Amino acid sequence: MGVKQLGIVGQSVKRRDGIGHVTGQTQYVDDVFYTNMLWLKMVRSPISRGIIHGIDTSKAEAFPGVVAVITAQDVPNNWYTILCLIGVEPNDEPVLAHEEVMYIGEPICAIVAETEAIAAEAAALVKLDIEELPPVLDLEFAISPDAPAIKKWGNNTFMYDGYTHRKLRFGDFETAIQQADHIIEGTYSLSPIEHAPIETHCCVVKPEPDGRLTVHSNTQALYFTMDNTAIILQVPSQRLHMIGGTVGGGFGGKVDVITEPITCIAAMKTGRPVKWRWTREEEMRKSSTRAGVRMQYTDGVMNDGRIIARKVRSLEDSGAYHRHSPYGVQKHMANLPGPYTIPNVWVDAYCVYTNRQPSSAMRGFGVTEATFAVECQMERIARTLGIDSWEIRLINAYRNGQMRPVRKVVEDATLIETIQAAAELIGYDLPAHLKAMNSDDYAGNGGHHG
Amino acid sequence: MESITVTFKLNGKTTAVAVEPLASLRTVLREHLHLHATKAGCGQGGCGSCTVLVNSEPVLSCLMLAALADGQEVTTLEGIGTPQHMHPLQAAFFDKFAAQCGYCSPGMIVAAKALLDKNPHPTRAEIAEALAGNLCRCTGYVAILDAIEDVVTQMQEA
Amino acid sequence: MAKHYGRGIAAVNYPTGMNLGGDPTQALIFCQPTGGFSVKLASTDLGQGLKTVIAQIAAEALGVPFDSVIVDTGDTDSAPHCMGTFASRATHRVGNAVIMAANEARKALMDVAADEMEAAPEDLVLENGEIYVKGAPERKTNVFNVALAAHFKYGKTISGRGIYLKQKSGLDPETGACDPDSTEAHATTVAEVEVDDETGEVKVLRLSSAYEVGRQINPEMVKGQIISGAVMGMSHTLTETVFPYYPSLDHHTYGFGEYIIPTALDIPEIESVVLEYPSSNGPYGVKGVGEMTANSPIPAIVNAIYDAIGVWVTDLPVTPEKVLRALDEKALEAN
Repeated sequence: MGVKQLGIVGQSVKRRDGIGHVTGQTQYVDDVFYTNMLWLKMVRSPISRGIIHGIDTSKAEAFPGVVAVITAQDVPNNWYTILCLIGVEPNDEPVLAHEEVMYIGEPICAIVAETEAIAAEAAALVKLDIEELPPVLDLEFAISPDAPAIKKWGNNTFMYDGYTHRKLRFGDFETAIQQADHIIEGTYSLSPIEHAPIETHCCVVKPEPDGRLTVHSNTQALYFTMDNTAIILQVPSQRLHMIGGTVGGGFGGKVDVITEPITCIAAMKTGRPVKWRWTREEEMRKSSTRAGVRMQYTDGVMNDGRIIARKVRSLEDSGAYHRHSPYGVQKHMANLPGPYTIPNVWVDAYCVYTNRQPSSAMRGFGVTEATFAVECQMERIARTLGIDSWEIRLINAYRNGQMRPVRKVVEDATLIETIQAAAELIGYDLPAHLKAMNSDDYAGNGGHHG
Repeated sequence: MESITVTFKLNGKTTAVAVEPLASLRTVLREHLHLHATKAGCGQGGCGSCTVLVNSEPVLSCLMLAALADGQEVTTLEGIGTPQHMHPLQAAFFDKFAAQCGYCSPGMIVAAKALLDKNPHPTRAEIAEALAGNLCRCTGYVAILDAIEDVVTQMQEA
Repeated sequence: MAKHYGRGIAAVNYPTGMNLGGDPTQALIFCQPTGGFSVKLASTDLGQGLKTVIAQIAAEALGVPFDSVIVDTGDTDSAPHCMGTFASRATHRVGNAVIMAANEARKALMDVAADEMEAAPEDLVLENGEIYVKGAPERKTNVFNVALAAHFKYGKTISGRGIYLKQKSGLDPETGACDPDSTEAHATTVAEVEVDDETGEVKVLRLSSAYEVGRQINPEMVKGQIISGAVMGMSHTLTETVFPYYPSLDHHTYGFGEYIIPTALDIPEIESVVLEYPSSNGPYGVKGVGEMTANSPIPAIVNAIYDAIGVWVTDLPVTPEKVLRALDEKALEAN
């Protein structure tokens, strides 16, 4: 299908920032230095789960070169629920812990000092008195009745409109599965992975004479960060001036508003510019990850290869706190059935809490794992039935005009066309009846018109 | 801790700077001498974004004490080319879209220069070997290898 | 001991936009007295090239030379709201907002041009900064002249405002019914692997893919995402994990010495073809590509491993240990 030729759109013009990048002249947040600037280091929980009985900062405060120590008492609104902007509740994560800790690395207090080295050395002098509790780490255990509730609302899942999980119910799975020629099951899982951008988190805040704060940040979302920071600082958003837009790799890992609030508080408390840049170890072990997940598929399949019923149970490991996971699990749920015509779908998608570093957005958020499961399951079906791998996908691919399980009509479908193009690319000659398929034609699909 | 003075040739110019004895060369370059091309990606010697040349050898400046640069020749990306006078490697990286976020680019270009200064006719495999200590999360490396191969071809034709 | 060749395929979709919508982006455009156009955004470029792509879209929509467009981002004091760069939303939403702003600015420009040329705006053509009367191309002027006239003769602003918002959808808690996305991009990847049955190592030989992205604004940048995704998808499948013994916290990775991502030595052959079926609501039909490219390789590789050695390893990452254990299990079952 040809697209209308345009002018500059469609041309491979060279990057506007390309020369800056290749000469090392592009400015990143870590290149921002102010005279009189202080450095911040965070003191973090060494254990996965526990009750804080005492935080003794006296030795750190007395250390030469330390200008301030920031604790929970310094945070005007000590709740860090970044999705409160889209109505996610309740508040579950403090900006700085003071009653309990829920993962190794949870921030407890910040040291602000004349040099980065002094801040790091003084941070090691903070004495923490934390009573250790057994952590909940396994997804199945976390949602079982035997698990201690690590969240204050009494269980270990995010509550969606009164339910412990999100539900997708389309057609009648229970009846349809009885009619299937084959029942094919598969379990698909992955462990958390890290964005690992080459540039770590970094924030520099400069207090201005008029009371505003200039915030240099490598966040992926300037206004989102601004509004969340303002809520934590209990100031109008206009008090903050966010400067950014040039990020050394994000991949979803720089959307957590994880540096700005504390750095702002440090700048306000000291009246001086403050920089907080994360070490690689913090980036690896403390910044959020992709969620670990476990997905179980039960499919009802006919002899001719059509999937007539699909049931999925998915547990996403949110780690210790919400972050973006309650949103991510919803996106995940919508994609668990896959881009296929399946008239009976049942999905239960859980957002589960465990005592590990929180997971959050990462490239493909919620869809990556669904795609992985859907396509491995599709191959499993093909192999079990002895049906060609290309054919099984082309038969089941969704067509324009059909109804998706989320009850949205399929449009802009091009799955079939990409399958055909991939076959052509590798020199694989599809049989004529498969070459003839297209996303507007129901032939060979089983004729589900939605 | 008392500071020490380190005197070395930096991008062709003799430079003296007072530093903490344990300061890394990377910290001194970035924070004392305000040369920001050299990046602070990990501080663990794992990513290569801090690569500079010391006496023409590629070195991870995050793992080298600045004190050890005393009497040596250090070259950073700023000494290799500027926007007004780009080194052919920089022009090739620009031309081939070999920089996306740009954070690994300085280290990559420095490592590539070190290779080409020693071996002007590397194979693609040799180029990849020379760059194996420089991580990129954005490009997938193909454009980077293409850019360097391009310079090799240009040098051969010259 | 043998190396086994295998091939696997995966066909995927990827939604454009924040799930359920409700993620607006705004843009402002103003014209300077000598005809340069400044696009004000608070959006972020993560390296994928947004700043360049938006300049292309603005130049196209305005009808002016690419070099006369300035893209200024991101500063919340001088630019309006953008939800952020994530969910493959940036080119789609920012692009749409910029086109809307460009259309308003262009209309203002043409109204002034019409006054200057004593013609009706609908009789004028604007092409690459040149403005002429349809059918009488010798009657012409340019953006430079019109901008000067607007500022200093007529006292007219040549500027535009744009916003793109997909209304936030609800989600039925009983059925899951919702409107999750603006459009869907699709892709198919074929992976070829070699599995060593003595070491368990999987080597990806080639990734061949077809990506359907609606419209390529900048083909080289789309290719950049395809290659980058292929490499990240490969390492997600085979080597990346923060917790090697998940769900245990043991050996929590510390840095790049333990967290294995590919180097220049590890890349497979990567080939691709890009299809364009313009979406109904993207700027010039754009869908979005940045995340999809890292998704399709993953199941393609796992399926290729099955093809090679007849075992399913469906717990990522597929480490050599897992491959060997799966082969041992298969051997036991056979006996």
